[in-house]
Amino acid sequence: MQDWANWAIETAKLRGATYADVRVMDIRQRDLSTKNGEVGNLSENETLGIGIRVIAGGAWGFAATDRLTRPGIQACAAEAVAIAKASALAKLHDVVLAPEQAYVDTWQNPFLKDPFRIPVERQIDLLLAADREMRRVAGVTLAEGSMSFRRIEQLFVSSIGSRIHQIKVQSGAGIVATSFANNEIQKRSYPNSFGGQHTLQGYEAIEAMDLVGHAGSIAEESVALHKAPQCPEGTRTIILESGQLGLQIHESIGHPIELDRVLGMEANFAGMSFLTLDKLRTLRYASDIVNVVADARIEHGPGLGTFGYDDEGVPAQCTPIIQHGLFTGYLSNRETAASIGESRSGGTMRTESWNRLPIIRMTNVSLLPGEWKPEDLIADTDDGILMETNRSWSIDDRRYHFQFSTEIGWEIKGGKKVRMLKNPSYSGITTEFWSSCDAICSRDYWTLWGTPNCGKGQPQQVMGTGHGAAPSRFRNVKVGVAFSE
Amino acid sequence: MMRKAAKKSPVRARSKTRRDVSASPWRLLGPAELHRIAERVIRLSEADETEVEIGVAADTLTRFANNTIHQNVAEMDTHISVRAVLDGRTARSTTNKTDDESLRRVVASAASLALCQPRDPGLLPMPGPQKLQKLNRYFASTAAATPDDRARAVRRVIAIAEKNSQTSAGIFSTGANEFALANSKGLFAHYAQSRAEFSVTMMESASSGWAKANSPDVAALAPEALADSASRKAAASRSPRELPPGHYTAILEPAAVLDLLGFLFYDFAGTAVLDQRSCFTDRLGKPLFGSNISIWDDVSHPLQLGAPFDGEGLPRQKIHLVDRGVPLNLVYARSTAKKMKTRPTGHGLPLPNEYGEAPMNLVFAGGDSSVEEMIRTTERGILVTRLWYIREVDPYEKILTGMTRDGTFLVENGRVAGGIRNFRFNQSLLAMLSSVEALGPAVRASGEESFEMVVPAMKVGGFHFTEVTKF
Repeated sequence: MQDWANWAIETAKLRGATYADVRVMDIRQRDLSTKNGEVGNLSENETLGIGIRVIAGGAWGFAATDRLTRPGIQACAAEAVAIAKASALAKLHDVVLAPEQAYVDTWQNPFLKDPFRIPVERQIDLLLAADREMRRVAGVTLAEGSMSFRRIEQLFVSSIGSRIHQIKVQSGAGIVATSFANNEIQKRSYPNSFGGQHTLQGYEAIEAMDLVGHAGSIAEESVALHKAPQCPEGTRTIILESGQLGLQIHESIGHPIELDRVLGMEANFAGMSFLTLDKLRTLRYASDIVNVVADARIEHGPGLGTFGYDDEGVPAQCTPIIQHGLFTGYLSNRETAASIGESRSGGTMRTESWNRLPIIRMTNVSLLPGEWKPEDLIADTDDGILMETNRSWSIDDRRYHFQFSTEIGWEIKGGKKVRMLKNPSYSGITTEFWSSCDAICSRDYWTLWGTPNCGKGQPQQVMGTGHGAAPSRFRNVKVGVAFSE
Repeated sequence: MMRKAAKKSPVRARSKTRRDVSASPWRLLGPAELHRIAERVIRLSEADETEVEIGVAADTLTRFANNTIHQNVAEMDTHISVRAVLDGRTARSTTNKTDDESLRRVVASAASLALCQPRDPGLLPMPGPQKLQKLNRYFASTAAATPDDRARAVRRVIAIAEKNSQTSAGIFSTGANEFALANSKGLFAHYAQSRAEFSVTMMESASSGWAKANSPDVAALAPEALADSASRKAAASRSPRELPPGHYTAILEPAAVLDLLGFLFYDFAGTAVLDQRSCFTDRLGKPLFGSNISIWDDVSHPLQLGAPFDGEGLPRQKIHLVDRGVPLNLVYARSTAKKMKTRPTGHGLPLPNEYGEAPMNLVFAGGDSSVEEMIRTTERGILVTRLWYIREVDPYEKILTGMTRDGTFLVENGRVAGGIRNFRFNQSLLAMLSSVEALGPAVRASGEESFEMVVPAMKVGGFHFTEVTKF
């Protein structure tokens, strides 16, 4: 890997690059799925290549190849420089990067059980056992399970002298019970929807989920939902369990704080942000009890946004995003930090693979815990709806207006969960919603959720992000609009 | 979102080549080389049956924002994917490492993975050689477009933005890919395709406009015309007013129609009906949409792209999915067809998978009403350029939610009366396709939520806009 990186840096410099960085990445992935008692997908994938990013003529160029011979890498580096020079044909000013020192280091996330050393038979048996439990429940028409594991080994080398070797191992799994009856499809997922829970851990994370132990209860709920009353339409107090709240954080805090969006760099596809520069340290984003950080450090937890260094060689950091309701920070890289006068990058440049340009991505954007217990939160709620497990999510291209629906809801009356509700949904405006937060549960109920499928960039990249959350309460929220007539 | 499979056609350029592709490090390998690699891999395998899929992609993308190029990338990527069948079980292993040791390892990995699972009684023997139609969708000039070509086009677009005191953002992408499928029964299929795409957003302080197109031939794209269109929309939606949510007549331009109808594609899979998660479950053969709605899957349609064979190498057939509002047919992979006692249609996804099949080349019947005529005949309605962040709220009634974006207008008394703030919608696709009042000619549309299809603009009665945002 080191030779490949050196050839790329040398060639880029010879061709006129004033800065170059290189990522050699070797990625291995295993995917398994089951459906109604049978194995669906069973595959492994590995990919190895080099991505070369340069500044030449004051502009950016990037080229990537998997032809890892010396001529192949030299041609790729030369192409990156040629592309940068073409970029300079339509530049307004030279690229300026915030200063960063060189690092020579290695980093690996801790894990107990390498998922690639666990026999595939054992992994399939676990999914099939959960599948059997779900299909024991009359009315379940579809039982599905999936697991995926990823090992990313990467070497970052830059022309300022950095040489950083990192290994990340991540594991994820989930199960889904679906019931079709009376012209209606209802489903329940565990531990989360859309692929389950994913963390930067080994197979021990899968074992801790107890998929089999939860299969029967979600199956029963998927069937029971058909007989539940519809979530009403109106304005209500809502309590979001932590998985749904994780996605709420992702969409209505994580994306709008991306500084490339704020500066218009994503305007054509992912969109922009309502968090214009004048709002930094002036906007009341949320109520006083709301504190949010973007924390890539391992101390925050084994999230999909945890690493030692980002993909332009900046160490992992914790950036305060919302402090007691006040908006205090963006997600930045070396270029955008410099452009708004910050002294240093926030360290959030990440790439999906060797063949993609690093871009600003969420790390672990988390709501810090409060002091409540979930049972006290319910007991303290006179008239509300508890909503669990995301079913659909949508937000406008500046991240103001959102709508979410969840798989299941529970009506709360007089401090008690009184009945199940089907098709729950809620909607609102980001800052109004976060300003209505009046209770957050404690560290004991806080989970660092993984969102493995965040899309951004052109060509689009899929990235995993982390979101810590505990069940929280919001007042005066619009509910039921999704199914309004 | 699943991507279209890469496709087959002889390499024959209609446009003049501007540089020798074979001299570029970003060249494709061609059918003979892919055939040689496939044979080599199959020889390494001791499985009962072996399938090899090889993909080569050379892609570039120039990205601009704030009237400057800020990202500019190129990639060359090859992958070799092996599916082994042993004792009635199958699994897949994929690598992009092409040395002998890596190829031996990927073959062994596919075989050992296959043996890790119970026998699959539904697994069919691999198909032998197939008769495939030839589709020519490779343009050497597109594959050979240079960073300078793209930068010069972007510079002209930026000039339009600057002339109109607007800010531009967008992409100009060119490239080519090829794809080969071979198996130990003697099947070999190859498809190559070039690709060019241009997308532009023009922005003013409180408004924006957007346009996008793609084609296998870069010469068919007109970046400046697209920029002009986006620029006019941004200017026309200046100072947007806020309208109350409600049911409105909606005039949906093709990109908006595409991104909504894209949510129907998997419902046409036989497996989706078998699994009872399709909106066509219990509804086949009965009127479901208006009589002006007809839908086909047709890989050979002149406005479509894609390989004429499926994930197992079977020829993709033209399927009449919906006839005058009645869903008639589904698409089937080989194993699904056997389970459902029908014939495969050549729409299978690469095995192993749990989804079965999907139509990847949808073509909706159009009409003869232009968008301008739809506007002229509308007393009060909403003109929608594009939609954004569409998600499914209810899978059986097919209720979708999402936002309007980059050019939403009030139409009053037969004319565009000005821009409005963007709406959120919650709309059943089934209800929408029963309320289509006028159809434009079907065109190859390009959006952001769905892969490209051939769809018309539509004028729809009672479209349900449920809330409004702040811009």
